[in-house]
Amino acid sequence: MRKTLIGLAALAAAALAAPAANAQGTIKIGVILPYSGQFADTGIQLDNGIKLYMKEHGDMVAGKKIEIIRKDVGGIAPDVAKRLAQELIVRDKVDILAGFALTPNALAAGDVSAEAKKFMVVMNAATSIITTKSPYMARTSLTTPQLNETFGAWAATKGGVKKLYTMVSDFGPGHDAEQAFQRGFKDAGGEIVGSVRFPVANPDFSAFVQRAKDLNPEGIYVWIPGGAQPAAIQKALAERGMDSSKIKIFGQGELTIEDALKSTGDTAVGTITVFHYDPNHDSALNRAFVKGMNEMANRNPDIFSVGGYDGMHLIYEALKKTNGNADGEALITAAKGMKWESPRGPVAIDPETRDIIQTVYIRRVEKVDGNLVNVEFDKVENVKDPVKARMKTN
Amino acid sequence: MSIVGAVTEPHAYLRSQTRWRPVELAFWLATLLPYVLFPDYLVLASAIAITALFALSLDLILGYAGIVSLGHAAFFGLGAYTAGLAAKHGWGEPISGLALGGLVAGIVGYGASLIVARFRHLALIMITLGMGLLLEQAANSASWLTGGADGLQGVKMWPIFDVFRFDLYGKTAYGYSLGVLFIVFLVARRLINSPFGLSLRGIRENALRMPALGAPSRAHIRKIYTIAAVIAGFAGALLAQTTETVSLEAFGFQRSADVLVILILGGTGRLYGGLVGAIIFMVARDQFSGNTPQFWYFWIGILLVAVVMFLPNGVLGGLARLGALLRGRAP
Repeated sequence: MRKTLIGLAALAAAALAAPAANAQGTIKIGVILPYSGQFADTGIQLDNGIKLYMKEHGDMVAGKKIEIIRKDVGGIAPDVAKRLAQELIVRDKVDILAGFALTPNALAAGDVSAEAKKFMVVMNAATSIITTKSPYMARTSLTTPQLNETFGAWAATKGGVKKLYTMVSDFGPGHDAEQAFQRGFKDAGGEIVGSVRFPVANPDFSAFVQRAKDLNPEGIYVWIPGGAQPAAIQKALAERGMDSSKIKIFGQGELTIEDALKSTGDTAVGTITVFHYDPNHDSALNRAFVKGMNEMANRNPDIFSVGGYDGMHLIYEALKKTNGNADGEALITAAKGMKWESPRGPVAIDPETRDIIQTVYIRRVEKVDGNLVNVEFDKVENVKDPVKARMKTN
Repeated sequence: MSIVGAVTEPHAYLRSQTRWRPVELAFWLATLLPYVLFPDYLVLASAIAITALFALSLDLILGYAGIVSLGHAAFFGLGAYTAGLAAKHGWGEPISGLALGGLVAGIVGYGASLIVARFRHLALIMITLGMGLLLEQAANSASWLTGGADGLQGVKMWPIFDVFRFDLYGKTAYGYSLGVLFIVFLVARRLINSPFGLSLRGIRENALRMPALGAPSRAHIRKIYTIAAVIAGFAGALLAQTTETVSLEAFGFQRSADVLVILILGGTGRLYGGLVGAIIFMVARDQFSGNTPQFWYFWIGILLVAVVMFLPNGVLGGLARLGALLRGRAP
């Protein structure tokens, strides 16, 4: 017992003694993502975007070698995310923090970025307030209000409906989407006749759809986190005679994301969704992006991949501007106001909020050559995050 | 070491157990080594100390009293949210926040113990699992209070004793966590090596027989369950304070399951089991996930299967057996 405890302590000690050298001329980027657990696929697709960008653009920028250190946060775990961020800076001596698929994790790591004065690029997490956590943080994904408030206004005007019912998942992102959509819709003269929040892991939507039907709305807005739910909700809508051939169904892109459309079948045709990226977006850059991703990872890119890809672009271009200076202050100054052409279209970093400015696409599910695809038929350009715009004026 | 039969006089046995062995002193001195040898690993060391405290809490009910729990994170989460909310609403003093976290967890733990004391085995698994899930959903629904799925925002801690600020390197965090772990450990050690601790082990072996010996099983279970809840609350409060974050995951099933795994890995019913388990699990996790972020669970899985196959009483149990074998061969 005695020897063993000492032995164990020694073992633990040996295991901890890892190298921590920081070679001159290397810039280290610590990437924190969920590589295991229920959000693993999000992490992997985002990481694919990072890998593809580095494959295409090499690992040398402004005379410095880029080194990526990946850490698995395992899911929604802000305490772990914060610890990993601290360890990356203290132990691995990284210059830049990147990744962050989930809001609580990004918020927690934001504190570390602020204290250590390190440049941090949020490549997915979509809650509006995240970027207020650190003055050295920029975001290359989206904010939920950016999409949904814009979409609400669009639905009330060009969408041609005045009475809507909203259905959302009962957790943070769903609440955000509900609030943003209703705000945009009402401000543009629409009326919300009713709303419901269903449990996150809800398998059957019949009762919720029936409740909506009783109020006889002109359309329904849906926000769900993807997975098996798009098929389930489309089925419930069709069974109650509420599918998109009868009334208008609106939603954020997850409702009709590529994988979801494979299981929803033709009932999804006509569903109108809002998103900032789709692999079918028509541009030379995107075609090359999709081709590159298929060659590298044998699958189509998605919104996570484009967030990672653009995040790396921002890091590379900022480093070029600072001539390889990885100081947090220098990098965020370089990142502010940067504009570039992304596979999703033109994007920019808002110099005031450090959040992304991008085109918001309105798409309809159509059958093209026997496949269901999201066809972009309208767009709103240069959309900023509306929440932070209001914060400033108030 | 938990076999009583060899000694005839119980008080002599208990006294022999309370004596500090050199290996224990060495263990606690070794916990200070990270400050000297691995100053880059203090953040991890702090997380390990907190996990060890949580595992110690589970050991008191599972290892000593035989109360199976798959929802022990319920009390961890209560402590975390209490301390977090106190800090958010202007009371960032760590020590009193910690006490408050333990108090709230203890009150709820006492309430729960009234139910828990009536059941054993499978029924307990269901009840504790349900309690954990209920609290997690309650915290999710009360997003006006808890911040819901985004986690609690705005937790700001004051420096400990107005001197030691929670720093990026985790110096304060580790010292604080380790200090609390040590003090609680002393209390737990005293408790286990008391007649009360002995009767808990009796309850574990045969809950029906103990009342016949004059030890009321249910009353004892209520007591130890409440104590364990307080300690779990401390662990949660420590995590909330040292990381300045709290999220729904504090109540999560994953946390309850992980701590059970850690305890089984280290060895149940041995005060140091949870501590050793936490060190092995967290260090292995840190190293494996650093090397292969996508596939590290594979190695953790192999480790667990190997431990339960070859060391059914955990690492400490295996080592104790090895020690006994060696002594038997060369007296």
